[in-house]
Amino acid sequence: MSGPIKILIGLRDWVDARFPLMRIWNEHLAKYYAPKNFNFWYFFGAFALLVLGIQVITGIWLTMNYKPSAEEAFASVEYIMRDTEWGWLIRYMHSTGASAFFIVIYLHMFRALLYGSYKKPRELLWLSGMALYLLLMGEAFFGYLLPWGQMSYWGAQVIISLFGALPIIGDDLSLWIRGDFVVSDVTLNRFFSLHVIAFPLLILGLVGFHILALHEVGSNNPDGIEIKNNKDEKGVPLDGIPFHPYYTVKDLMGAAVFLIFFFAVVFFAPEMKVPGTQGLFLESANFIQANPLQTPEHIAPVWYFTPFYAILRAVPSQLGGVIAMGLAVNLFLLLPWLDRSPVRSSRYRGRNYRVALTLFVISFLSLGWLGLQVVTPLYTWLARFFSVVYFSFFLLMPFYTAYDKDKAVPDRVTD
Amino acid sequence: MENTNIDQSRRRFLTTAATVVGGVGAVAASVPFVSNMSPSAKTKAIGAPVEVDISNLEPGGRLIEKWQGKPVWILRRTKEMLKDISSLDSVVSDPKSDESAQPEYAKNQFRALKEEFLVVIGICTHLGCSPSFVLKGEGASISVDWKGGFFCPCHGSRFDLAGRVFKGVPAPRNLVIPPYKFISPTRLLIGDDSEAV
Amino acid sequence: MKTYNSLNNIVIIFFLMFSVETFATADSKLVHMDVDLSDQQSLQRGAKIFVNYCLSCHSAKYMRYNRMGSDLSIKDQVLKENLMFGTEKVGDVMDISMREEDSINYFGVAPPDLSVIARSRGADWLYSYFLTFYKDESRPFGVNNLVYKDTAMPHVLWELQGIQRLASKENVTAVYYDPTYKDYLELLTPGKQTERQYDRTIRDLVNYLVYISEPIKLKRTKIGVWVMFYLFIFLLITYMLKKDYWKDIH
Repeated sequence: MSGPIKILIGLRDWVDARFPLMRIWNEHLAKYYAPKNFNFWYFFGAFALLVLGIQVITGIWLTMNYKPSAEEAFASVEYIMRDTEWGWLIRYMHSTGASAFFIVIYLHMFRALLYGSYKKPRELLWLSGMALYLLLMGEAFFGYLLPWGQMSYWGAQVIISLFGALPIIGDDLSLWIRGDFVVSDVTLNRFFSLHVIAFPLLILGLVGFHILALHEVGSNNPDGIEIKNNKDEKGVPLDGIPFHPYYTVKDLMGAAVFLIFFFAVVFFAPEMKVPGTQGLFLESANFIQANPLQTPEHIAPVWYFTPFYAILRAVPSQLGGVIAMGLAVNLFLLLPWLDRSPVRSSRYRGRNYRVALTLFVISFLSLGWLGLQVVTPLYTWLARFFSVVYFSFFLLMPFYTAYDKDKAVPDRVTD
Repeated sequence: MENTNIDQSRRRFLTTAATVVGGVGAVAASVPFVSNMSPSAKTKAIGAPVEVDISNLEPGGRLIEKWQGKPVWILRRTKEMLKDISSLDSVVSDPKSDESAQPEYAKNQFRALKEEFLVVIGICTHLGCSPSFVLKGEGASISVDWKGGFFCPCHGSRFDLAGRVFKGVPAPRNLVIPPYKFISPTRLLIGDDSEAV
Repeated sequence: MKTYNSLNNIVIIFFLMFSVETFATADSKLVHMDVDLSDQQSLQRGAKIFVNYCLSCHSAKYMRYNRMGSDLSIKDQVLKENLMFGTEKVGDVMDISMREEDSINYFGVAPPDLSVIARSRGADWLYSYFLTFYKDESRPFGVNNLVYKDTAMPHVLWELQGIQRLASKENVTAVYYDPTYKDYLELLTPGKQTERQYDRTIRDLVNYLVYISEPIKLKRTKIGVWVMFYLFIFLLITYMLKKDYWKDIH
C-alpha cells in the first residue's frame, strides 16, 4: 500500500477512535441494507438531497449580493444578474432549483402513495416528510417575495390575505405576518430572515430526522415487503444489498441524469416559458418592480401552488375556500390512518385503490393546470369537480381500502 | 454476492474515471462561485480612474482623494520639504525604493512624476491603517528631529514626505504609489497612466 | 375600521383574481417577431436608435455602457463619441438626468426603466407596439396605440415612420388588435423611412431591448452546450460504473 493511502487510513483511525466515524459510515451506507428491487421512483429522495444542496450553496452566494430592502431588492437582483461574475448562473440555478425541488418532492410523495410507504411502521417517516413539504412551501413562499417584482409582491399580498379570512384572529394575524398594513419593506426584511436562516435550519434538521427515521425502520420497496422478515444467518436481509456501493453508484448515475435536465432548464429555458403561460419558473410580470398601487394584469401563483389555488377558487365562499385549501394540503398527514388495507404496494392492491390513485393523480394535475388558467364558468365547474375527486381520495379511503380485493403478497421481492 | 468473475481492473478503472471526471466537474463548478466573489462590474466602475483638480493646492498643502475606495494623498511639496527628504536617505530603510511598489516613473528619490507633487496611497504597508500627516515642528512627540512626514497611529510606523518608511518601525516597505498622470498642469488622473490620448 | 380595511383588501384582491385576468387574452393578437441576438450589426444599430430616441426620457439603469461595448464589439472610444453624452464614464449605467417629478408633470407618468422591459413585455409586444401608433387628436400627444391603448408615450419615431391613422375604428375596437393591422391603419403622411426601412429599424430596436434585458443571453446557451457535453460524458461513465457494480446483484 502506498504512503499517502496509509496516512489517510491512519488519519481515519485516529478520528474513529474519537468520533463514531466508521459506525456512521456503516450504519448509513456500507452496512445499511436497502431492498435490491428499487426502481425509477426511488431516485427522488436522493435528488431531493441534491437539490437541497444546490439551493443552500447558491443561496449562500446570492445572499452575498442581495439587498433585503424595498428600495434595493429589485435592483440588487439585476445587479447579481449583470454586474457580478457568473451571478446569472447562480441565480438561475436557485430559481430553477426552487421548481425542481417541488417536482422532485411531488414525485417522491407519489412514490409513497404508489407503494404504501407511509404505512406502519413508517408513519413517523411520512409525517416528517410531510412536515418537510410544508416547510418547503413556506420556504418557497418567503423566497418568492425577495426579487420584489410585481408577482412577488401581489402573490405575497394574496397569500397573506388568506390568513385574514380566518374568523376573529384573521385581521390581526395577517397584520402580524406583514408587520405593516400592506406588504412592505418590513415584510420583505422578515421574509428574508425566515428564508435564509429560520426555515433552512428547520429543513436541514428535519432532513436529518427523516433520514434517521428511514434508516431505523428500513426502506420500503416496490413490492411493499418487509425485507427484514427474511434474514440470513448473519442477520443480513436476503433481499437487501448494501447501500454503498450499489445505491451510491446508482444514485450517482441518477444524479447525472437529473443534472442534465436541471442544467438544460438553467441554460436554455430558465423562465420555462411554456406557451400560454408568462413563464412557469420566472414570470414575466416579476421583471417589473413591485408597485403597491397597481396589480399586474395576470396574477396566478407559481405552478407548484396552483393545485391548491384552484381548490381555493373553486369554493364559492371565502372562508370555505381557505379551509378547503388548508385541508387539501394537510389531509396527506392522515394517510397512514385513513388507509385500511393490509397491503402496501399498489402492485398487490385491489382495483379500488388503483383506480382511486389514478383519479387522484389526474385531479391533482388538472387542478394544477386549472390554477394557471383565467377563470371561466367552465373551468370553475371543472375545478369543483376535480376538487371533489381530490377530497374523495382521502375521505373515502377508509371505505374503499377496507373493501378492496387485494392480491396475495409474495414473501420475497420480485425481479 | 461474492462473485469471483468480477473484472477487478475494469471496476477500478471505472471508479477512477468517475472520480476524475466528477472531480473535474466539481472543480469547474466551483469556478463560478469563486469568481462571483471577485469585484463586480459596479465595483470596478466605482474604482475607475479619478480626475483631480490641483489648481487650488497650496505649496505645503495636501489633498485627499478616494480611488478604489482607498485614500490617495496629493502633497504639494515645497523646496524645503524636498531638501528635508534628501537629508533622510540614511535613516529610511529603502531609500531607492527597490523593495517597494510604485510605477517605474516614480522610482526615484522623490518618488514622483514631478518632484513637486507626491501622489501616494495613504495606507500603511504594515497592516492597513491610514497614517496621519504630521508637519515639521508638530512632531516633537514622534521624534526630536521630525522633519515632517506621516505617522501611523496603529503601530507607530513613520514615513517621510516621499512616503519612504523609516528604519526600525513595523512597516516593511514604502507607501504605495498608484499609477497616475497629468492630463494638464493642473489636472491629475489617478488610476490610469496609459499613453493614449 | 381595521376590519373594513382588510375586508376591502380582500374584496379587491379577489376581484382582481377573478376578473382582471380576463384582460390577458388580448395578448395572443400580437405580431410575432423573430429575435436574432447573433446579429451584432442589428444590435449595434439598435443601440444607436435606443440612445438617440429612448435614452432621453427612459433610463436603462441596470445596463452599463462598457458591458454593451464589450458584448457588441464597440470600442470605448466609439462608445464615448457615438453612444454616450456628457461626462459619463464607460463604466456608468445608462441613466438619465430627467427627474421623475418632471417627467410625471410632462407625461402624466414616469417613463419606465427599460433595462428589463423585454422580459416583462416580450419582444412581440414591443414590436407590435412600435408599429401601431396612430393619430388620435383626443390624446395629449395626438397619438394612440393599438397594442397599448391610451399610451402616455408620444410617437417618438414618427418622423421615421410617418403618421398613421385608423382606417375604420369600429373594426379595430372589435378585434382589439389584428396581425393584419394594415387593414386598419393607413399611412397618412410618409416619414423619412419606407415601410421596410422602418420595419428594420424597429426590429433592430427590439433586438437591442431583448439584449439589454439579459446581456448574458448572448453567451448563456453556448456555455450550456459545453455543460451538456460534460454531463453526458459523466452520465456515460457513471452508467458503466453502475452496470459493472450491479453485475454482483443480477
